[in-house]
Amino acid sequence: MGKLIVNYSPHILHTDTTQGIMLDVIIALVPVSAFGIALFGPYVAAVIAVCIVAAVLSEYLFCKIAKQPNTISNLSAVVTGLLLALNLPPTFPLWMAAIGSAFAIIVVKQMFGGIGQNFANPAITARIMLTVSFPEAMTAWREPFAWLNKTADTVTTATPLSGGDFTPMRLILGQHGGCIGETCAIAIIIGGIYLLIRKVINPIIPFTYIATVGILAVAFGENPFIWIFTGGLLIGAFFMATDYVTSPTTRKGQLVFALGCGIITALIRKFGSYPEGVSFSILLMNILVPHINSLTKNKPFAWEKANHGKKN
Amino acid sequence: MSAPDNILRPVRKNTGKLRLVHHKNTAESETVKMPAPSKVVIPMLQHIGRPCSPIVKPGDRVAVGTKIGDSSEPNSVPVHSSVSGTVSKITTIRHSNGNTCEAVVIESDGLMTEDIFLSPVKVETAEDLVNAARESGLVGLGGAGFPTHSKLDIPKGKAVDTLIINGAECEPYITSDYRECMEHPEDILQGTNLVKSVLNIKRAIIAIEDNKPKAIKYLKQVSYELHLDKEIEIMKLDSRYPQGAEKVLIYSVTGRKLPINQLPSDIGCLVMNISTVSNLYRYIKTGMPLVSRRITVEGDCINKPMNVEVPIGALIRDVAEFCGGYKSEPGKILMGGPMMGVAQISDEAPVIKQNNAILILSIEAGTLPPATPCIRCGRCVEICPVYLMPVAIETAMRNPDREKLLSLGANYCIECGCCAYVCPARRPLVQVMRQAKERSIKS
Repeated sequence: MGKLIVNYSPHILHTDTTQGIMLDVIIALVPVSAFGIALFGPYVAAVIAVCIVAAVLSEYLFCKIAKQPNTISNLSAVVTGLLLALNLPPTFPLWMAAIGSAFAIIVVKQMFGGIGQNFANPAITARIMLTVSFPEAMTAWREPFAWLNKTADTVTTATPLSGGDFTPMRLILGQHGGCIGETCAIAIIIGGIYLLIRKVINPIIPFTYIATVGILAVAFGENPFIWIFTGGLLIGAFFMATDYVTSPTTRKGQLVFALGCGIITALIRKFGSYPEGVSFSILLMNILVPHINSLTKNKPFAWEKANHGKKN
Repeated sequence: MSAPDNILRPVRKNTGKLRLVHHKNTAESETVKMPAPSKVVIPMLQHIGRPCSPIVKPGDRVAVGTKIGDSSEPNSVPVHSSVSGTVSKITTIRHSNGNTCEAVVIESDGLMTEDIFLSPVKVETAEDLVNAARESGLVGLGGAGFPTHSKLDIPKGKAVDTLIINGAECEPYITSDYRECMEHPEDILQGTNLVKSVLNIKRAIIAIEDNKPKAIKYLKQVSYELHLDKEIEIMKLDSRYPQGAEKVLIYSVTGRKLPINQLPSDIGCLVMNISTVSNLYRYIKTGMPLVSRRITVEGDCINKPMNVEVPIGALIRDVAEFCGGYKSEPGKILMGGPMMGVAQISDEAPVIKQNNAILILSIEAGTLPPATPCIRCGRCVEICPVYLMPVAIETAMRNPDREKLLSLGANYCIECGCCAYVCPARRPLVQVMRQAKERSIKS
């Protein structure tokens, strides 16, 4: 008889893997990407492709140079690249997009130890880096469907958050200016529902985040509809704030985290000099996650009666 | 006449949330008695507690049921010969749980002659019951191996009002307790009633997972026929793993929470495995101690998966042989189920009292994918039936500190395996949790 395999129990595992989860996120982002391309033209496809390729290539090269096991097969770099692309304006220069992707992967993720170790969401942080570095390119909004009309190619428009008159229907269908993946609420919600059904995310973070922003909009005398359906809130709440690595692990912690995101977003939108606050609020709350985690620990079952730590 | 269908439901939601594929393929496989193997190796430690010392020497003749090991320690359980034959040697072996212990090797004469001194036992008082349980050699047959007599010896001043008979059998593949329900319902019910009346316990509840509706119905029917339906209640549990874990079970059945370092009797409960109570009754009826037990032999690498009544001390190899042999070279052999079973280093280990299954897996089925970095998804936190945070405990183990581990409740872990099962990064969390548990208990 040959050598038997010996390992600790359990000896069966659930079929979900890291790769499978990442694939689910990519699938959930397909409608958003498709709408982005439809609204803003084929150039958007190039932005998405460049972001993904740059992200995967950065991770591959970093692992190679740092002599680490290669991790690109877990697809997390694809997710980061795709999310970053969806957070860029439709006319964004490709070389800037590539820099953003490389920054997200190398500086924000790999330098902190790779997947699972980064304290901030790579796509969010890269978006903020690009906003600060290339403010003009990052605010070059475009009228939807302008690409179909060659003469209007240079038309720029404002996001509804900077003011303007928008009907609810236009907002939901994404017929307004904004980042590639931010405008079409319906597509984002479809992706979010897919993630909820697949149990990749739980509803606490997105629902708390969106509800907090909505309630504060009313409190501040703003139109909650515009606050919820424009800007990066929906995509941020469903796809960025729910990033496992940079959000708390307990339900209590997730509630605190999402409340914090909502409050900071609303404050920036109302009082800040930027029209948008989703990226900053998620990044700020990312930084607080270790503290939230240690303050929202679960109590073990039957903990109250236990005299833990005294004997044994 | 049909039995009334007043089946109890749990008073609290199961804290275990894991849905497993049950694979109870052997449920309808009637128990087949395995003939005496040519030799048995009977370990002197088959329970939680102090080991026994052999009371036979090489050359001695023994019969089925002859006591071959005993100890004066209060928490030890005597062991008996499972075959008739001659003691060939006393040696040190590697136990199926990995430790070493003394064992008596008996060459069988193949006759299975029963010891002539065995006779039915009279049980009237609680003391009688405790003594009978000790002499029967019984331990918890569900897997833990806690001495049955210690369990029944309820200290003065502790009031036990609920007897819970654990028939959850929540591990995939295993159908050993289910077959006990289908083949010996009278023994289960009479045994339960005996323990209940002798120990003067108010309620007795037989709790079975709802994936075994036939067993629930059958026990109810038989209890009605035996006029025990007023004495013994039957509860249908949710089939969520680990429903059969003691803490989880007590909470579901009674709503009481079992604190750490306490016994069920501290919160008024007595929990016994369904096969244990049945075997206890058979001992009292016949005087034959625990010398064999039913084992579910399963896996993709065994020719004939089935339920077998195996003499204690039979080697895995001989049991596998009886089940038609290996289909191909086995890759992994488990004592117990796939969630908590112990992987064996060879097929030479003997079956002991608390083994309820042997799984023979092929190399493909037995090979687990390599661990990848934790993505902090929190699924381990969501699933833990005792509300621990394996992700935090694993991080804390990088720089283990007893206080930190205790504050995270590492010592509360019941090693059920839910966290590692759901982990998408395939991290060996039970191993880490067990190290953390040991670290937190020992200073």
